Amino acid sequence: MPSLIIKNGRVIDPASKRDAKGDVFIADGKFVKTLTPAQKKQAKVIDAKGLVVCPGLVDIHVHFREPGQTHKETILTGSQAAAAGGFTTVVCMPNTSPVVDNAGTVALIKSVAAAAPVHVYPTGCITVGMKGQALAPHGSLQKAGVVALTDDGLCVQSNELMHRAVEYAKMFGLSILDHCQDESMTEKAVMNEGVVSTRLGLKGWPHAAEDIIVARNIILSRYTGAHIHMQHISSAHSVELMRQAKKDGINVTAEATPHHIAFTEDALATYDTHFKMNPPLRTETDRLAIIGGLRDGTLDCIGTDHAPHAPEEKDKEFDYAPNGIIGLETALPVCLDILVKKSKFQLSHVIDLMTRKAADILKLPAGTLTPGACADVCIFDPGEAWLYNTYGAFSKSINSPWDKQTLTGRVKTTIVSGQVVYQNGKMLV
Amino acid sequence: MPWHRKHLLTIEELKRAEIEQILATAAAFRRVLDRKVKKVPALRGKTIVNLFLEPSTRTRISFEMAAKFLSADVISFDASASSTTKGETLRDTAQNIQALNADMIVLRHAASGSPLYLSKVLGIPVVNAGDGAHEHPTQALLDVFTMREKLGDLKGRKVVILGDILFSRVARSNIHALTKLGADVTIVGPSTLVPHWFESMGVRVSHNLRTALADADVVMLLRIQHERQGVSHFPSLGEYTSMFGLNYTRASWVKPDAIIMHPGPINRGVEIDSDIADSPRSVILQQVTNGIAVRMAVLYLCAGGQPEQVLTPVE
Ligand SMILES: [Zn+2]
Repeated sequence: MPSLIIKNGRVIDPASKRDAKGDVFIADGKFVKTLTPAQKKQAKVIDAKGLVVCPGLVDIHVHFREPGQTHKETILTGSQAAAAGGFTTVVCMPNTSPVVDNAGTVALIKSVAAAAPVHVYPTGCITVGMKGQALAPHGSLQKAGVVALTDDGLCVQSNELMHRAVEYAKMFGLSILDHCQDESMTEKAVMNEGVVSTRLGLKGWPHAAEDIIVARNIILSRYTGAHIHMQHISSAHSVELMRQAKKDGINVTAEATPHHIAFTEDALATYDTHFKMNPPLRTETDRLAIIGGLRDGTLDCIGTDHAPHAPEEKDKEFDYAPNGIIGLETALPVCLDILVKKSKFQLSHVIDLMTRKAADILKLPAGTLTPGACADVCIFDPGEAWLYNTYGAFSKSINSPWDKQTLTGRVKTTIVSGQVVYQNGKMLV
Repeated sequence: MPWHRKHLLTIEELKRAEIEQILATAAAFRRVLDRKVKKVPALRGKTIVNLFLEPSTRTRISFEMAAKFLSADVISFDASASSTTKGETLRDTAQNIQALNADMIVLRHAASGSPLYLSKVLGIPVVNAGDGAHEHPTQALLDVFTMREKLGDLKGRKVVILGDILFSRVARSNIHALTKLGADVTIVGPSTLVPHWFESMGVRVSHNLRTALADADVVMLLRIQHERQGVSHFPSLGEYTSMFGLNYTRASWVKPDAIIMHPGPINRGVEIDSDIADSPRSVILQQVTNGIAVRMAVLYLCAGGQPEQVLTPVE
C-alpha cells in the first residue's frame, strides 16, 4: 500500500484539538507524524486545497438489512453508501432476519463485512428474538464480536428485564442501546401526537411515551452504574431529562438524528411516507431542544438511523408504510446546513459530534487523526452545492426525504485504513 | 365562477366559495329528487366505480343512487382493506380500475390520506367517501346543506358536535365546513375523545354538556363505537350514556327551534334516546335524502360539469 500525503487542506481533528491548514500523512494504514524521504517520494498526493480534512465519520446507528432483507440493502451496498457519505465506521443494528441473538449470525455478518469498504461493527440483541421476554446470550455475543446490545426498532418493555439486562451486559463491558418507546402508549401510532395528527386523523405517538422510558433508563443506570445509550432522541422533555442526568453524573449518553434536527411534524401534511419514522418527527420546540442538546453536550453524537426500505414498501397508504429513511449519504450536508449554517455551531463541533464523540460512546477505535490511529479520513468541500438523487446513489433503497434536493457540502474522498475507497463520486473498491 | 377541481378530497382544501358552489348545485339536484322521474342525463356514458375498501352500506348506496340519478353507470364493491393489503396494493387495484376505463373513483378507505395518495397515482377524478379518522367531505356538505335548509345562513349559529370527535372523520369535515361558513362550533364529549388539540382547528372544546348545549342551534351527534377504541378511551357505553347521552332532559337545554342531527347509523339508547331521534326536531332522515343531492353535485362537478348548467330532466 503506498503512503499518502493529504496536502493543503483545512485539517480538523477535534480529538487532538487541531483546526488549521496543514498536511496529513499516512503510512501502512495508519496516521504518522511525517513520512521518511523515501516514503515521500513514492507517496500518493491528494491535494485538499479548499477542502476540509477530518477523521472518517462514525455512525453508531445504521440498519443494513443483511441477513434476510437484502432487497432493501446489503452490508456491501450500505457500506458503499456510508463511504460515499464520508463514514468510515458504522455500527449496524441487530433487527435483521434472523435477528442477531446468537453467535452464528454475528459470525455471518462479520464474514460479509470483511469485504466491505468501511469498518462495520455488529451489535447483538438484548433479548432472545427481540421479543422482550428473555435475555439473549450477551457473553457469547460479545465473544463473537458485537460492540453493544440493542433491541432497536423495539424497546424492552419490562422494567425488570431491562434492569437485569443492563446489569448482566455490564459484566462483559457491553453498553445497552435503547430505542425509548413505551409501546402500550403507541399502539398503531404513526406520527407525533398533537395538532397535526389531530388534523390529519392519524394515530398519535405522544412524546411522553419516549420520556417515560428515558426516565426509566436513567433510573436503571443510576441504580446499576451500567451505561445506557438512548437512541434517536426526539422530544424536548427527553433532552431535559438527559441534561439533568448528566448533571447528576449518571452514566448515560444519547444521540440525535439528522432528520429530527431538520424536520418537524409539519412535513407530514401531505401524508408523504418519506417523513414517516420512529420515533416520529415532532414539533419545532422539540427540534430546537434537540439542537440545544447537541450544542451543550447533553446529546453526545449524531446517528443517522439509516433505515432502507424498498420503494414499493413506502409507496402506500401512510398507515401501512414502514418507518424509516436512509441517511448515510446526506447526513454531513444536512448537519452542515442545520447546525453550522442555521444554528451557528463551529464546524469542528459538528465534526466532533460525527467522529470522536460517536466513537467514544462505544469505545470504538475511530474518530481521530492522531498518529498511530487507523487512517480513516473524510475529505469534503463544505461549500459545494450538489443535487442529491437517490437513483444513482449507493444505497440500494431510495427512501430519502432529501431526494432531488440541492445540498451543500460534499464528500470528495473517503479513506479507510489508508486506502482510498471513494473519490469524486466513484467507489474505488 | 367556474368549477376547477377534479377531485374532492377534503373540506379543508375548499374555499368558502367552492362550498357555496357545491351547495347551490346540490339545491338544483335536490329539486330533481322531488320530480316523478328522478334522473338527469348529466353523466350519461360515464362509469363510476365505488371502491369501498372499508365497508359502508349506507354511504355506498347513497353514492350509487347519486350516480344513477345522473345516468352514469356505476360499479360498486365492498371489500375490507385487509383483503387488498394481503396481496395487491391500493395503487395496483386502482390502476386496474382506471385501465378498465372507469371515469371516476369514489374511495372509502380505513387509512387517513389514502384519497390524496390515489389522486396522485391516477389520472381520473377521486372522490373521498371517508378516509380513516381524517375527512368525510360529502357527509359534511350534506350536513351543512340540511342546516341551511332549516336555519338559513349559518353565520354566528351555534353548532355543537357531541361524541367521539377524536376518531371521527365526520367531525373533522364538519369543523372545516362550519368554520368556513362562519358558524360557531363547540365540540363536546369525554376528554379522551375530545382532546384539546382540536382548538387549533378553530373550535371550542368542552366537557360540560350543560354549558355546551345552552343556546345551541344545532346538536350533531356522532356514533359511539366503543369496540373500535379499545378499552382506554372511556369506561363503558353505560357510563358514556349517563354522562353524555342525549335524552329528553338534556335536549331541553338547547334552543326551542334547534335541530338534532346524526350521520347514522344510530345507537339508540346510547348516544341518543329514541324519543329524541324520532322527534320533530330530528332531521336525521332529511340528511339521508339530502345526501343524494349533495353527492350528485359532487360527482357532477368533479366530472367536469359546471354549476350554472344544471340540467333538464330525462323524459
Ligand atoms: Zn430505533
